[in-house]
Amino acid sequence: MTARTFSLLSEPVIVSKALAFINDKRVRDWFYQAALLIGLAALLIYFIRNASQNMVQAGIASGFDFLWRTSGIEVPFVITNYTQSDNILSLFWAGVANTLLVTVIALVLSTLLGFLIGIARLSSIWLVQAMAGAYVEFVRNIPLLFFVLFWYFGVIAALPAPRESLSVFGVAFLNNRGLTIPLPDAGANFRYAFIAIAVSCLLHWLFLRWARRRKEATGRDAPVLRIGLLLLVLVPVLALAWATLATRWDIPVLRGFNYRGGFVVIPEFVALLAALVTYTAGFIAEIVRGGIQSVPHGQIEASAALGLRPGPTLRLVTIPQALRVMTPPMTNQYLNVLKNSSFGAAIAYPDVVSLFMGSALNNTGQAIEIIAMTLAVYLVIGLAVSAFMNWYNARIALVTR
Amino acid sequence: MRTGVPTSWRERLFGTPVTAVVTLLLAAAIAWIATPIIRWALIDATWNGQTRNDCTGTGACWVFVKARFGQFMYGFYPIEERWRPNLAGLAFLLGGGAVVFAPQRLRLRLGLAALVILPLLGVWLLGGGYGLRAIETREWGGLMLTVFISIYASLIAIPLGILLALGRQSELKVIRLIAVLFIEFWRGVPIIAVIFLASLLLPLIMPTGIGVDRLARAVIGLGFCIAAYMAEAVRGGLQALPKGQREAATALGLTYWKATSFIILPQALRISLPAITNEFIALVKNTTLVLVVSILDLLGIAQASLADPNWVGMNMEAYVFSGGIYWLICFALSRWSRSLETKRGR
Repeated sequence: MTARTFSLLSEPVIVSKALAFINDKRVRDWFYQAALLIGLAALLIYFIRNASQNMVQAGIASGFDFLWRTSGIEVPFVITNYTQSDNILSLFWAGVANTLLVTVIALVLSTLLGFLIGIARLSSIWLVQAMAGAYVEFVRNIPLLFFVLFWYFGVIAALPAPRESLSVFGVAFLNNRGLTIPLPDAGANFRYAFIAIAVSCLLHWLFLRWARRRKEATGRDAPVLRIGLLLLVLVPVLALAWATLATRWDIPVLRGFNYRGGFVVIPEFVALLAALVTYTAGFIAEIVRGGIQSVPHGQIEASAALGLRPGPTLRLVTIPQALRVMTPPMTNQYLNVLKNSSFGAAIAYPDVVSLFMGSALNNTGQAIEIIAMTLAVYLVIGLAVSAFMNWYNARIALVTR
Repeated sequence: MRTGVPTSWRERLFGTPVTAVVTLLLAAAIAWIATPIIRWALIDATWNGQTRNDCTGTGACWVFVKARFGQFMYGFYPIEERWRPNLAGLAFLLGGGAVVFAPQRLRLRLGLAALVILPLLGVWLLGGGYGLRAIETREWGGLMLTVFISIYASLIAIPLGILLALGRQSELKVIRLIAVLFIEFWRGVPIIAVIFLASLLLPLIMPTGIGVDRLARAVIGLGFCIAAYMAEAVRGGLQALPKGQREAATALGLTYWKATSFIILPQALRISLPAITNEFIALVKNTTLVLVVSILDLLGIAQASLADPNWVGMNMEAYVFSGGIYWLICFALSRWSRSLETKRGR
């Protein structure tokens, strides 16, 4: 490091080498960062040393060997092949599967309800607008845990016993022991249906690409809407209808005091789902309203002046611009649903937090490994979703010079 | 979408035939749903009495809430010592008021003094020791605990959040990386897991023999988690400031910390105050999660009261009362935050 000269004064003054060294911005920056790193590392080492001492004293093992031990934990609601005699790792996956199940269903339902309420808030009919507004103000200012407990202890527990179940079209039955739904005897037909749907989605994607290329080359429009309806709505509906009708269903029947057959969705799942959907819908409604209102009115007037009808205006002008504003907050909200699914732990819904961080941790005592694995589930899914949404966001972002 | 608001009520409700039909249908639906609720809550409700036997009406039995009111507010805090949380609350209100209404030149010094004195005073008044009867955190509860956790967790979250937001904006790569990792980690994990984590890990990483109070663990866990969200709220304010502000401050010869605390933060915090308030509302709602480590805040006390054999079947009353209090607090805060936003927008 050479001494620096300062030529602000009339004559250049040479400051001493040492002073110049400690006043150099680069040296200082480097020093601060190194100090912070060393401090944090020292703190971390201190914590780790304490933890290992405490663990030795309490006789807690470390390492991931416990994952291959037999779990012995009974889970009331599994969608994987987990049984009590499987190892703890399978218990972990059973918990992850339950978390994902409730998250995905809650996402779909709360998006639908949220869009409905968000659009209702912009209705030209005053009472519709007021009701939607009241719903949003009610739901957003109450803790989610309140809703979870309320649905579980207040609503589901107050439902009638199986004998007086509320019947849903005579095939599903809601009572205080949960929701009993029919189950297909064999899944083969549904597998074919899902393959058909996947193929039709692929075809639709290829068709859209072809249509865009042709439009860019020749300027001619393809019947995008009609083909889209055919491939994305008609084919799936027909495939699912065929699978439903061609499969034999195990429909629950009342025998004695409870239902036999079908699949019992436990009350914890129903309560958690209801709470997540009603709560999240309030937040999504606000995002939808904000997104639509963010489109300047001039855009709609301009498209009317160009001769577009209200339908195409909505489809080609309003929605694409509203979606651009809505995407980032919606991503956040979707990740919140994933994280909030852990509220099920309060009513013992067997998600990954309550199964793994609760039951498995109680049995093994290996807090650090179990906590790390549980948090990793959320972090990995969160990062994957953020990466996808960033990619999607970049695709639909406004291209400016 | 119509932007103009019709002026008269008749036009609002019955402006066009479609509007009129929808309004009437919806009004009928509201009446159909609301009538039993109002009958239950008000008309058929029992208001006077002492015990479960007085609940003779077919509607709600508010006697239950009356009999348990003290517990809903203070948990199992000894009755003869309840003046202490009251006094602590009053001290916070007066201290906060004094800072807000102090003359400009005293405000910073007074604020810093309050920030040091009030939390210590609060812990002393509630926990006891040094001349007061010691009361373990096990006995704290109810609305008092909800307020306590909200305030103390934000005492951790706001300063830490500001530091993290500054770190994220820093030009020093290592500091920026540490801030980003910290923020994204805590924002990525569920708060319920954080409370479990804090209650399990904090005692583990402390030297052998040093215990961490159960409530303190929950407050620290919540504080760290909310700090990450606060950091994002503050970042919004920092990013809204024109770059010239810092450049001008540096050109005037101010050091980084002087420029930050006298030029940047006063403006940035004012801009992000609505966002910070929204995070505070989220914090108040999330305090309910301490239930999972058996700390009984307002919702926890309401939930625990359902198990009382003397008051069987009071689920709805307990939920309506506790939910109503949460709603009032959060609604008031969100209205305040919105008024701040419109004030700034003008």
